[in-house]
Amino acid sequence: MSLELKNVEKKVGTKTHIYSTNLRFEKNTINILLGSTLSGKTTLMQIMAGLDKPTSGEIWFNEKNVTGVPVQKRNISMVYQQFINYPNFTVFENIASPLKIVNISSNEIKNRVGKIAELLKLSDMFHKKPHELSGGQKQRTALARALVKDSGLILLDEPLANLDFKLREELREELPRLFENRDCIVVYATTEPMDALLIGGNTATLYEGGVIQYGKTVDVYNKPKNVISAKVFNDPPINTAKVIKKGKTFSFKNNSLSWQCRSNLEGLADGHYTIGIRPHSITPYKQTENSVQIKGKVLIAELSGSESVIHFQSGDIKWVSLSTGIHPLKVGAEAELHMDVNQFLYFDQNNKLIDYV
Amino acid sequence: MSKISLNNLSHSYLAQQNNDLDWALKDIDLEWSDGGAYALLGPSGCGKTTLLNIISGLLKPTKGEVYFDDKKITHLSSVERNIAQIFQFPVIYDTMTVFDNLAFPLRNRGISEDKIQPRVKEIAEMLDLSETLYNRASGLTADGKQKISLGRGLVRSDVNVIMFDEPLTVIDPHLKWILKSKLKELHQEINRTMIYVTHDQTEALTFADQVVVMHEGQLVQKGTPVELFEKPKHTFVGHFIGSPGMNILPCKLMNGKVNFSGAKIEMEKKISSHKTYSKTQIGIRPEFVSFSNSGIAVKILKVNNAGRHKIIDIECDGGKLKMISSVTATTPSGTAYVKFNSKYTYVYGDDWIVEE
Repeated sequence: MSLELKNVEKKVGTKTHIYSTNLRFEKNTINILLGSTLSGKTTLMQIMAGLDKPTSGEIWFNEKNVTGVPVQKRNISMVYQQFINYPNFTVFENIASPLKIVNISSNEIKNRVGKIAELLKLSDMFHKKPHELSGGQKQRTALARALVKDSGLILLDEPLANLDFKLREELREELPRLFENRDCIVVYATTEPMDALLIGGNTATLYEGGVIQYGKTVDVYNKPKNVISAKVFNDPPINTAKVIKKGKTFSFKNNSLSWQCRSNLEGLADGHYTIGIRPHSITPYKQTENSVQIKGKVLIAELSGSESVIHFQSGDIKWVSLSTGIHPLKVGAEAELHMDVNQFLYFDQNNKLIDYV
Repeated sequence: MSKISLNNLSHSYLAQQNNDLDWALKDIDLEWSDGGAYALLGPSGCGKTTLLNIISGLLKPTKGEVYFDDKKITHLSSVERNIAQIFQFPVIYDTMTVFDNLAFPLRNRGISEDKIQPRVKEIAEMLDLSETLYNRASGLTADGKQKISLGRGLVRSDVNVIMFDEPLTVIDPHLKWILKSKLKELHQEINRTMIYVTHDQTEALTFADQVVVMHEGQLVQKGTPVELFEKPKHTFVGHFIGSPGMNILPCKLMNGKVNFSGAKIEMEKKISSHKTYSKTQIGIRPEFVSFSNSGIAVKILKVNNAGRHKIIDIECDGGKLKMISSVTATTPSGTAYVKFNSKYTYVYGDDWIVEE
């Protein structure tokens, strides 16, 4: 089983919505499309499903060309950001609905709905109508309906986006388990890097209609191929700054900060580079001996419950720091933060990652 | 400006109350001092909007009283309470200019134009609206419009309290931190009592010096953001605040000694032993669990790389837990021992913290 996009391109009028895309997803994999709104996630999914046709290029499923085959003739399930259920059906009837169309015995339906409902904690709600359910339960019902038939391709378009924070946390943890031992390909679109990291699998970073990078989620995160991929895959956003290398020393362009080169970067030619510093590599406390201090004015300390995101200004750059625990700094206060030099990412003048490990 | 006190407040939307479930608010006692930044935090259905409506005068409580300073105002109308309220969606006049929108609450109260001019300009300056002051409001973006709503709430200097009801809902996620920063700054500048109502913990904790957490109509904790993280007084606070939330698992409590998963748990402070509970639980945040050479024997179930840290699922005889560890630290495989940081380990009896 496989899904392949070959040189898929989508234009609307003179505007390009999807630039030439080549992707191949294998059997039993979860593939995450990660990008901000309007980066092309939904368009790509609709092309994969056959709800939309590419302007050029082909879609292959199981080594067969399915370009132009309408969605009704493909074996596909979709779940959307909005909770979509049949309002007049009970939870049981909602989940069972895809099976009724394909003529399966009522015993078998009961059996399969029972199993999937158990997995999604809906067994006690069979007789309820969607309007009696909480947001989380509505989306669980939609997920159950998508999983109850044996679709070869399951497309999830930001399924957790409309859920409360805690429900999101809970369902995100359950999701990968739902797809274990199923013969299918899952495609999951999200704007949230944390979704991608915790769900795992493979990730494609998307930016303005183009796939920037595709690979194992951890690899794409650890080694973003360029600055754009690093930006798409970091929330709070990754900090970037222009630096100059001279001999064994890197320094900021305005000379406010400098540090010694790691031995594996010593061979790099002197000149201009860009560094990427993930927010969690800048903290109000010292994480390692190999750190440099940066002073700045606090713009705001956002406290999330167990973490602090400190926005601060140093020189003409706005920085973001992310730390464990609650650090309530006053707006306007002067602060000194520590940057972990070992965690810096270096990019060349074309914004490509310098892979030095 | 004034102190706000809620005295033994309960509310039910039903004419007759037969059991606990019939109450939307249960015995709320609360005092907010003058000039503070406060938040009411809780999931939908917890009673926070009911409480807000009682403070603003849109709803009369079934029981109890509301005081501004020492004046009982329970039966005063919204207008008589002299408050400002900012809602989820911008409430502005599209056809008016930004200036006229901001001046509206003042003109409404018959304040003279020579006083209005400087005040409106001052507020516009604080909110970075000076450049668009004479443009029509209709041309502004959603966050621009919401800034006008904020300005209209802030422009009067005589209000007792300014209340915000989920004011950032319509703001683009990338711009939210800027408005949060603005609100914080405004509170520091004008020093008026502000109450911020939200289900979003980041918004509540970022804005307020004191956060009131509500759950099923009850006030479960009032505290600073640090206190809510470091010492949750109720299991709901432990669960709701933080990501992932606190590990809360059944434990045994006998003669002040705590036993969990076959191990005696060290507590920083002695806990009282004279009360009995139908349910006792141990609470420890994932941040305060670490690997050790001895302690609680655990099986490692799953290691999730969350980028900033690793979230590790572990299981012991007492149940399943989560722990957080640094990405660079090595994780043992198979089985290991963990210990709890005694400073942040708590016992809960029937969901409330057990203390000395």
